[in-house]
Amino acid sequence: MSAATTHARAGLRSGDFVAALRAEWTKFRTVRGWVIGIALTAALLVLFAYLTANGMHSGTCTSGPGGSPVCGSGHPFVPTGPGGEAVADSYYLVGGTLSGDGTLTARLTGLSGVTASGPANAAPSMQQTQPGLAGWSKAGIIVTAGTRPGAEYAAVLATPGHGIRFQYDYSYDTAGLAGATSARTPRWLRLTRSGNTLSAYDSRDGRRWLRIGAVRLRRLPGSARIGLFVTSPETLAGRATMATGVFDHVTLSDGRQTRAWHGQAVGERQTSFYSTLGSGSFRRAGGGLVISGSGDIAPAVTADGDTPASFLLQPLVVALLVIVVLAALCATTEYRRGLIRTTFAAIPNRTTALLAKAVVIGGAAFVAGAAAAAIAIPLGDHLMTANGNYMLPSDAATDARVILGVGVLLALSAVAALALGTIIRTTAGTVTTAIIVFVLPVVLAVPNVQAGSSSTASWLESLLRIGPAAGLAMLGALPRSAVVSYRYTLGNGYFPLAPGLGLTVLAAWALVLTLVAAALLRRRDA
Amino acid sequence: MSDATIEVTGLRKRFGSTLALDDMTFTVPPGRVTGFVGPNGAGKSTTIRVILGLDAPEAGSALVCGHAYSSLRHPLTQVGSLIDAAALQPSRSARNHLLWIARSQQLGPRRVDQVIELVGLTGAARRRAGGYSLGMLQRLGIASALLGDPRVLILDEPFNGMDPEGIIWVRGLLRSLAAEGRAVLVSSHLLSELQGMADELIVIGRGRVLASGSVSELLAGEPGAAGARTPRHATLEDLYLHLTAGEAQFRAGSAVQAPR
Repeated sequence: MSAATTHARAGLRSGDFVAALRAEWTKFRTVRGWVIGIALTAALLVLFAYLTANGMHSGTCTSGPGGSPVCGSGHPFVPTGPGGEAVADSYYLVGGTLSGDGTLTARLTGLSGVTASGPANAAPSMQQTQPGLAGWSKAGIIVTAGTRPGAEYAAVLATPGHGIRFQYDYSYDTAGLAGATSARTPRWLRLTRSGNTLSAYDSRDGRRWLRIGAVRLRRLPGSARIGLFVTSPETLAGRATMATGVFDHVTLSDGRQTRAWHGQAVGERQTSFYSTLGSGSFRRAGGGLVISGSGDIAPAVTADGDTPASFLLQPLVVALLVIVVLAALCATTEYRRGLIRTTFAAIPNRTTALLAKAVVIGGAAFVAGAAAAAIAIPLGDHLMTANGNYMLPSDAATDARVILGVGVLLALSAVAALALGTIIRTTAGTVTTAIIVFVLPVVLAVPNVQAGSSSTASWLESLLRIGPAAGLAMLGALPRSAVVSYRYTLGNGYFPLAPGLGLTVLAAWALVLTLVAAALLRRRDA
Repeated sequence: MSDATIEVTGLRKRFGSTLALDDMTFTVPPGRVTGFVGPNGAGKSTTIRVILGLDAPEAGSALVCGHAYSSLRHPLTQVGSLIDAAALQPSRSARNHLLWIARSQQLGPRRVDQVIELVGLTGAARRRAGGYSLGMLQRLGIASALLGDPRVLILDEPFNGMDPEGIIWVRGLLRSLAAEGRAVLVSSHLLSELQGMADELIVIGRGRVLASGSVSELLAGEPGAAGARTPRHATLEDLYLHLTAGEAQFRAGSAVQAPR
């Protein structure tokens, strides 16, 4: 009779598991040190979140009289889009009012521009530029609720790098004709308003039109702004750009005139959170219009705002340290005292005993983490805002995900540390290994995430992809956008994995370690 | 329902190069107190760990009430055991120590308070077990063995650290438990502790049974007793020393360690 068959014979029975669970819960709650440890985990998380948030101040400094800097608190103005998200909304508009339905058609025969040649952190200047544009520079037709920053809009536009696009309300994007726009390959654009529905079309010749898409903008007022616009965001390297679009064949339906149109720089104030090459301009040339603009109409990815991760990451290191040591001790003290034999005499199915332990310590860690985060997030938000920091707007779903994420992160790390303790069996060995594997990568990653360092070691990125620290991704709340070229890197605060994937990687670590521990438990003498 | 017995058949187990159990075979009958004796290192604790499914043998089987221990549902309600009285979390109170064991068998706090009273720890039950004397720990261990009201009891060295009064109490308790029809296996390396209490004896050395049978049979040197035929002995102590001569791993004085 081998050990494996002996111990495997008693299969998992739910009644037995409930009994084992109650036994392990009784074990856990009756050691004062462990209960204090769990409470301490939650308390430290809230306390350090408070200290971190309270210590983060934001201010802007300008050169005052006599060259001495004058600093004031406050953060860049970032508009809020129709969906409550932070957006960039600055462009040069040549247009007028559209009352009721109507269609604007225009031909774009050129889209060119300049890029600042100075380094990204120097003030951009038109004197130091070289030809070139960003992939997402835009020139086209827009219908917008108004020039208020963050207004609802729909636009059909040409880009240097992504062909013709139909975009609306900052985040939504549909591709039209591919290829660049030039004098030899001009593009015809058309935007139609019918009720609250806006339809976008493009054409190579102005005769055969293709419909790209349509959208119903429910809050578009009866009298909207319509016109031609040009804007141009920073390049991937962070250099400011200015685009110039050359339009002709500009026609409004029903014989309405464009003669009364005027030029207007929209959203100049927001340029404080990303660099532009001026506010733009326009001139009439022949029957057409030449418009220059700098800025973007897109999600405010580059706004560099704060999220709960800004003040939760450092406290999480402390909480993780406490919980991992606690979970390791839950396993190793039983071996040190010989209590493990009492446990297995009472619960001969060792997998049941291990799982019951995992549920208890994991559950306690989850509750401590989620409860602490639920307190720390509104507290941190409040302090950060009061200190002049810009908190990126977040929805309830994201907040809930981060709160649960903190709980799950602590829970899975605790389960993994428990399994590690079952495998290694000695306290010193387990605690050392658990700290190296579960805490150290987080300690190393946190300053990188927060300092905004542009060059992050690739091995650290790898650790956050395949190591248990991948679970930190559950705290990621910075916006990403497919229509904004940006380095979504660790140095800019972005975790390499999406939240769900980060959770999966950490869960896989906990699962594999638990399986190894269960297999060893079955094979080894107690 | 099968009898309250322990049946050990041909157990073999090796720790490294040491053969700890070598064809260990015996039966513990119901309604009797069976002494399990042998020198230190003879294999008593290893045998008990194998019976409780804690250690796996290389060969042989151990059945309690006709079943492998690890196949028993809520095993403590059939087999109560004490293997190491000091094996507990020192900061946990004695009552809570018993409570988690009770929970694992779907028993409640009422049964915990019953066994606490039975072993005479009522006044100290809410104190942390780390502050207990060895004698109190043994009482706590016996309480945990009795928690599930089992038909089979296995106690490894329950007299260690007990005062004379405690020893007398344990003897009386085990005799009365056996009188109720339970099988009671008590190990000891001191035969004198078992004198006057054990009905049956299993004498082991170097991982195998040297002699077994009822105490009277063994003292009389009767053939009914299994193992080597032995001449008559005046006391159990004489018998024990005769049987285990040359089997002890460590012995003071002129005797050297026995050859392998």
